[in-house]
Amino acid sequence: MIPLQPPRRLIDVEIDGETVRVPEGSTILDACAVAGKDIPTLCYGDTLTPKNACRVCVVEVEGARTLAPACSRKAEKGMKVGTDTERARQSRKVVLELLASSVDLSTTPRAAEWTKEYDADPARFGDDAATVEQPAKVDNELYVRDYSKCIMCYKCVDACGDQWQNTFAIGVAGRGFDTTISTEFDAPLTDSACVYCGNCVEVCPTGALSFKSEFDMRAEGTWDESKQTETTTICSYCGVGCNLTLHVQDNKIVKVTSPHDNPVTKGNLCVKGRFGYGYV
Amino acid sequence: MDLRFRGAEPSEEERAAIDALLGPPASAWDGGARTEQDLRFAARAEAARDQLLPALHAVNDRVGWISEGALEYICRRLTIPPAEAYGVATFYALFSVQPRPKRVLHVCTDLACQAKGAESVRRRVEDHFGPAGTSWQESPCLGMCERAPAALALEAGTPPVAQVYAPATPETITTMAEAPPNSNGSTPSVKVTGETPERAAVPQTGQDGLLLLRRIGTVDPASLDDYRAAGGYTALRRAFELGPAGVIREVLESGLVGRGGAAFPTGRKWDATARQPDHPHYLVCNADESEPGTFKDRVIMEGDPYALVEAMTIAAYATGCAKGYLYIRGEYPRAVARLQHAIATARARGLLGDDILGKGLSFDIELRRGAGAYICGEETAIFNSIEGQRGEPRSKPPFPVEKGLFGKPTVVNNVETLVNVLPILERGAQAYAAAEPKLFCVSGAVERPGVYELTFGATLRELLDLSGTTGTTRAVLLGGAAGAFVTDLDIPLTFEGTRAAGATLGSGVVLVIDDGVDLKSLLLRIAEFFRDESCGQCVPCRVGTVRQEEALHRLSRRVDDDDLVLLREVGQTMRDASICGLGQTAWNAVESAIDRLGVFR
Ligand SMILES: Cc1cc2nc3c(=O)[nH]c(=O)nc-3n(C[C@H](O)[C@H](O)[C@H](O)COP(=O)(O)O)c2cc1C
Ligand code: SF4
Ligand code: SF4
Ligand code: SF4
Ligand code: FES
Ligand code: FES
Repeated sequence: MIPLQPPRRLIDVEIDGETVRVPEGSTILDACAVAGKDIPTLCYGDTLTPKNACRVCVVEVEGARTLAPACSRKAEKGMKVGTDTERARQSRKVVLELLASSVDLSTTPRAAEWTKEYDADPARFGDDAATVEQPAKVDNELYVRDYSKCIMCYKCVDACGDQWQNTFAIGVAGRGFDTTISTEFDAPLTDSACVYCGNCVEVCPTGALSFKSEFDMRAEGTWDESKQTETTTICSYCGVGCNLTLHVQDNKIVKVTSPHDNPVTKGNLCVKGRFGYGYV
Repeated sequence: MDLRFRGAEPSEEERAAIDALLGPPASAWDGGARTEQDLRFAARAEAARDQLLPALHAVNDRVGWISEGALEYICRRLTIPPAEAYGVATFYALFSVQPRPKRVLHVCTDLACQAKGAESVRRRVEDHFGPAGTSWQESPCLGMCERAPAALALEAGTPPVAQVYAPATPETITTMAEAPPNSNGSTPSVKVTGETPERAAVPQTGQDGLLLLRRIGTVDPASLDDYRAAGGYTALRRAFELGPAGVIREVLESGLVGRGGAAFPTGRKWDATARQPDHPHYLVCNADESEPGTFKDRVIMEGDPYALVEAMTIAAYATGCAKGYLYIRGEYPRAVARLQHAIATARARGLLGDDILGKGLSFDIELRRGAGAYICGEETAIFNSIEGQRGEPRSKPPFPVEKGLFGKPTVVNNVETLVNVLPILERGAQAYAAAEPKLFCVSGAVERPGVYELTFGATLRELLDLSGTTGTTRAVLLGGAAGAFVTDLDIPLTFEGTRAAGATLGSGVVLVIDDGVDLKSLLLRIAEFFRDESCGQCVPCRVGTVRQEEALHRLSRRVDDDDLVLLREVGQTMRDASICGLGQTAWNAVESAIDRLGVFR
C-alpha cells in the first residue's frame, strides 16, 4: 500500500522559453521531461538519491553563476532554464570528452550517440592522455568488475550501502583521478561483505559491473542484444514475490534484472533471484 | 549494523593507541575479547562515526601508518563498515595504508617555496633519500611561506615529533636524516622542534595601531593572564552586555565579510543561523588553511590562540551554539599544541564549559585535526571530514546555515573572520568600519616576507613598499592558486578593487614573482596542486585538472594553438560545471598568466 501524500502545489517553470507546470519538489530534469526535452544523464539513477557527480546533465539557469545539474537541482517557481544554450552544450561536450578520453564507454548506452550529438572529440587530448585502464576483476562466478569502464558515479556504492542493500561491501577509495570503487584493502569480493545481491550491477550505468555470463559472451563475441528476449516473471524462491526480468539469448538466461518501477523492490533482488537462475 | 570483518588483528601498539583515544572496549560487541558472557546477550554498539578521523590519527601518530588490523579494530570499536573506513583513510595525504618508515619528510615544492629555491632542496633530498614515496614526499604548501623553502618531518611515536625546517637549505637537508631522539613518555601531544619565534612571521610586530596582530610576538601565547592583561576577554564582556541579537547587529553593521575566500557577509550568516528553529546549532571554525601561499591563520593561532577561543565563544553566544569544532590542518603542529593548551586553560578557568563568566552561557570547543586535504577547507567538505566521511563537498542547496554539521544549522567561519569580531565589539561597529583591518600573506621575491595588517583601501604598491621587493617584480599572484596574476601595482587591496581588476583577494595571498622565476614551472605546480587536491567526485574537476596539467606540460615544451584552445575549453567547463570552488577556480591562475603575462606567446 502506498501512503497518501498531501497534494503538492504546482509551480510554473520556464524551460527553453516554454512554461511547464510541475509539482513542487520536482527536479529540473522532471520539468524537462514534462517539456519533452531529452537531457543526457549518466550518474542519475531512478531509484537512488541524485549524486550529481558526472555533470553531463548541466543546464543554464538564468541568474546563476554556474551551470546547474538538472538531475538534482530542484525546480523553483519562475525559474528560467536553458537546456540547449551555447554554454550548457559546451560544458556537456567537454564533459563527454573528458569522460570518453579517460574511461572505456563502449558499453555505456547512448554514449556514442551523445558524442556525435555534441560533436565531442575525445581524441583531442592526445595519445598520452591518462586513463583508468586496468584489468577487469574476475574474482567470483557471478559478476565481474571492469573498472576501466567505471565513471565513478557512486551508484553501486549507494545501492550496496544505506540506500538499498545495507551491506557496505564496497566504498569509494583514494582521491582525485585515482579514486576507485573498492572493498577494504582492495580485497577480492569473495573475501568481502558482499552477499551477491547484484543490486550494484542493476544500477551500474556503464557496464563496468556485469553478469559473468555477459562478460564472457562479450569476450567471445557472442553477446547480441538483438537476439535477446525479456520476460518478466515472479521469483519462486520465497514468499516475497519479487519481479524478475529474464534476458534470454539462444534459449539461455544471460542476465536477470528487475523492474525499477516495482513499488516495493525498486529493482532490488537477493542472490537467489538474481543469480539462482541455473535452476529455471 | 551487520558488519563483516576479514579477521585481521591489530598489533599491541595499534590497539593501545586506539584504546588510549576511545577507552577500553566494553564488550565483544564493540571490539573487545569475546567472553562466555557475550554469547548470552546482545548489546548494541553505538555508532561513533565522527571518531574515525581521530582514531586514524591515533594510529598514524603512534605507528606511522594504518594496517588492516588497525583499521579493522577501529571499525569494530566504532561500528563502521571496513570498506568505508578504508575509503576515508585513503582520502588523506598524511595517512598511509602501506607500511612506511616512522619518520616521513614532507618537502614543500609549492609556489612560495618554488620561488625561493625549493627545487634544489628537493633534488638534494632525492639524492640523499632516494625516490619520493616512503621516507619523504613532496608536499603542497606547508603554510610557512614566509620562511620558504620549507620542509616538515613528521615522526610517529609517543609522543610524535614534528620537526620544522624553514628555511631549509640543501645543506641542512643532509642533517634531516638525524632525527632528535624520540622520548618514550606517555604524553600524547605532539612535540615540536625547529620552530622560530612568532614575531619572525610578523614584520610589523610591536607597531602601534595594529588590531589583529597587536599581541603577536609581544604577549606570551601560553599565558591567559597576559592575554587578559592585554585586553583579552573585554569583547566577550561587551557581548554579554549587548546580548546575542545585539552582537549580530554590531557584526552586521560593521560590514565584516568572510576572510576565508568567499567574502560572504558574516553578520548575515550569523543572523540566518541564529534564526533556525532546528537545534542544536553548531559552530565550525575553519582553520584548514591550505590555499598555497596562505599562513595568516597559522600566525594568529600560534601567536594569539586565546583570541580565537574568545572569538569563537562570542560567535557561539550570538548564534546559539553549545558546541564548536575547530578544524585545523594536520600540518600545523605548533598551532595545534598552542590551541590545545589555550582551550584547556580556558576551560579550567571557567571561560569554556558551563556557565561561562557566570553568565549562564554553555559552550565548549573540540579541536579536530585534518590530515592533508585542501578540499576539507571547503565549507561542506569540512562537515563530512568531521563526521568521519570522505572529505567531499556536498551539493548546495541546502546551505550550512540550514543543514550543516550533522545535518544541523551551522555557522562556519574562517579564523581571521572570527578574530575580527573582537575589535568590532571592543571599538564598536562604526569605529571598526572606519578603519577595517585586513591581513595579507606576503611571500616570494620580497625583503621582509610575513603577515601584514593594513587598513582596507591601501594599494598593492603600498603593501610592497612595506615588505620591500627583491629583483625585478614581474607579477603578483593575488589570492593563491585559486587566484590570479596581476601586474598593476596600483590596484586597491579591497574586495571590489581586486574584482574590478579581474582578480580576487581570496585568502589574502600576495606572492611576488620576480623575473628570475620560471613562470611555466610555476603554472605546472599550480596545475599539479589542483590535480592532487581534487576530491574526485565530479568529472569536470577530476579529469579536467589532469587534462589541464597534461596540456601545460605539452605547452611548456612547444606552444601549440590547439592546446591553448583546449585549455580554455576545459577551464571554462571546470568553472561552469564543477560542484565546488576547487574545480571552479582551478583554471583562474593559468588563465590570467596566459592572458596577462603572455606565458605561452
Ligand atoms: C577548495 C576550497 C578550500 C577552502 N579552504 C578554506 C580554508 O582552508 N579556510 C577557510 O577559512 N576557508 C576555506 N574555503 C572557503 C570556505 O568554503 C568558506 O567559504 C569559509 O570557510 C567561510 O568562512 P568565512 O565566511 O569566514 O570566510 C575554501 C573553499 C574552497 C572551495
Ligand atoms: S552484489 Fe550486492 S552486496 Fe555485493 S557489492 Fe553488489 S550491492 Fe553490494
Ligand atoms: S562501477 Fe558502475 S555503478 Fe559503480 S561507480 Fe563505476 S560506473 Fe558507477
Ligand atoms: S570540483 Fe573537484 S573538489 Fe569540488 S567536488 Fe568536484 S571533484 Fe571534488
Ligand atoms: S546525471 Fe546529473 S550530474 Fe550526472
Ligand atoms: S610553505 Fe612552501 S609554498 Fe607555502
